[in-house]
Amino acid sequence: MLLIPCPHCGPREEREFRCGGESHVARPASAEAPDDRAFAEYLYVRSNAKGVQAERWHHLYGCRRWFNLLRDTVTHEITAVYPMGAPRPESAA
Amino acid sequence: MTRYSLLSLARHALTGHRRWAPAWRDAAPKPAYDVVIVGGGGHGLATAHYLASRYGVTNVAVLEKGWIGGGNTARNTTIVRSNYLLDDSAFLYEHSLKLWEGLTAELDFNVMFSQRGVVSLAHSAHELTALRQRDRAMRLNGIDSEMLDLPALHRLAPALDLSPTARFPVTGASIQRRGGIARHDAVAWGFARAADRRGVDIVQNCAVTGLRIEKGRVTGVETTRGPIRAGKVGIAVAGHSGVLAAMAGLRLPIRSYTLQAFVSEPLKPVLDTVIVSNQVSCYVSQSDKGELVFGAARDNYASYSQRGSLPILEDCVANMLQLFPAFSRVGVLRGWGGTVDVSPDLSPIIAPLPVEGLFLNGGWGTGGFKATPGSGDVFAATIARGEPHPLAAPFGLDRFATGRLIDEAAAAGVSH
Repeated sequence: MLLIPCPHCGPREEREFRCGGESHVARPASAEAPDDRAFAEYLYVRSNAKGVQAERWHHLYGCRRWFNLLRDTVTHEITAVYPMGAPRPESAA
Repeated sequence: MTRYSLLSLARHALTGHRRWAPAWRDAAPKPAYDVVIVGGGGHGLATAHYLASRYGVTNVAVLEKGWIGGGNTARNTTIVRSNYLLDDSAFLYEHSLKLWEGLTAELDFNVMFSQRGVVSLAHSAHELTALRQRDRAMRLNGIDSEMLDLPALHRLAPALDLSPTARFPVTGASIQRRGGIARHDAVAWGFARAADRRGVDIVQNCAVTGLRIEKGRVTGVETTRGPIRAGKVGIAVAGHSGVLAAMAGLRLPIRSYTLQAFVSEPLKPVLDTVIVSNQVSCYVSQSDKGELVFGAARDNYASYSQRGSLPILEDCVANMLQLFPAFSRVGVLRGWGGTVDVSPDLSPIIAPLPVEGLFLNGGWGTGGFKATPGSGDVFAATIARGEPHPLAAPFGLDRFATGRLIDEAAAAGVSH
């Protein structure tokens, strides 16, 4: 069971949250001239890191706000919490 | 190596069964092979077996970072079926089911494949319509399927709660009678023994740490037991597909999650078929030892930990009790988590990668066990010929750019 530090509500149990997948996945800029490869990359391809990964989380059964986490996908250790739109902080690991 | 037979059993009985030879050699890696398969699970071992037995490639090594069959091969609920809606998946999984039907004889190893039927439940008029559609699609593809009404379902599984007061009342069901379960360890051991007999080296405790690539062509692997040269390299590492691809500088349309399964204490026979409910999210069968083997949806976030989260256990048990209230006093004996590599359309990727000589067999997500022999066969053909086996051709990497996805809702068995 993860204890997730919601920046607005404090630490709450995993059940209250939904993981929204990897953060910082940018939509291709050229929407007028769509490039299938670029859009496939945007839609489907992920780094799927074994180790520290930046993720969006949603406090669905709480404040219902989104935020970013740096979480280790092997140990489940959470090393940083930062707001949506902010750049990925330097990983401690 | 001697064949297993009544005669060999009788002969070894005379010496108190103390002189059985190991079923496969514990090989040390040689400096070079024609083909190196990364991953000694069911899929990797099956690939090696079929490379040697069907496609004439015997200078093969299977590299396993731990012990064979110690990953997802031993971390699943062993359900085998081919009840798929879409043609591409139906043909692939039916190919596998046909191989399952002859596997014990082919491998000379009892994989305990028990065709006790796989039942899919519907809990609403709409779900029943979808089941009927899948039933008809399967029969058009020459795959066995039947619809079951509630009295027939009650005769088949008396412990199942069919009352109209259930939380999600059952409205109907379909059954694939050729589906069933198998002994997961025996599948790994049987393929290992059969491959070993044809000269394949099975190298355990040998983790691949890098891929050697020269001028766009793979030339070998770096391992914890030294470098090994290889003409071709096949990746069959389930949850770690992305990690291996990254060694070649590639990114995949794959996310790795934990999928858990659980086993209860042994009971007297109470359930002699496999029950799957998509709506309630549960699949359960009873093993030959009497344990209930059950599972539900995958965990909600990416993980390589091989440890599951407790809320999933709670959901999984609650879901099973909605279907089988009589199981409420049964103790859960153990649970396990495997790392599964989930693709966006829940269908596998069996394809050459954009590095010459490098092949991927992954993305099986939460339902790879049933495909073990079929996956091994088509992957072996793909590696041997350097181009996709006809059954594997639709499962290429390019489908994510062309949009020709194989969006198979039946792939997961339950909604994920």
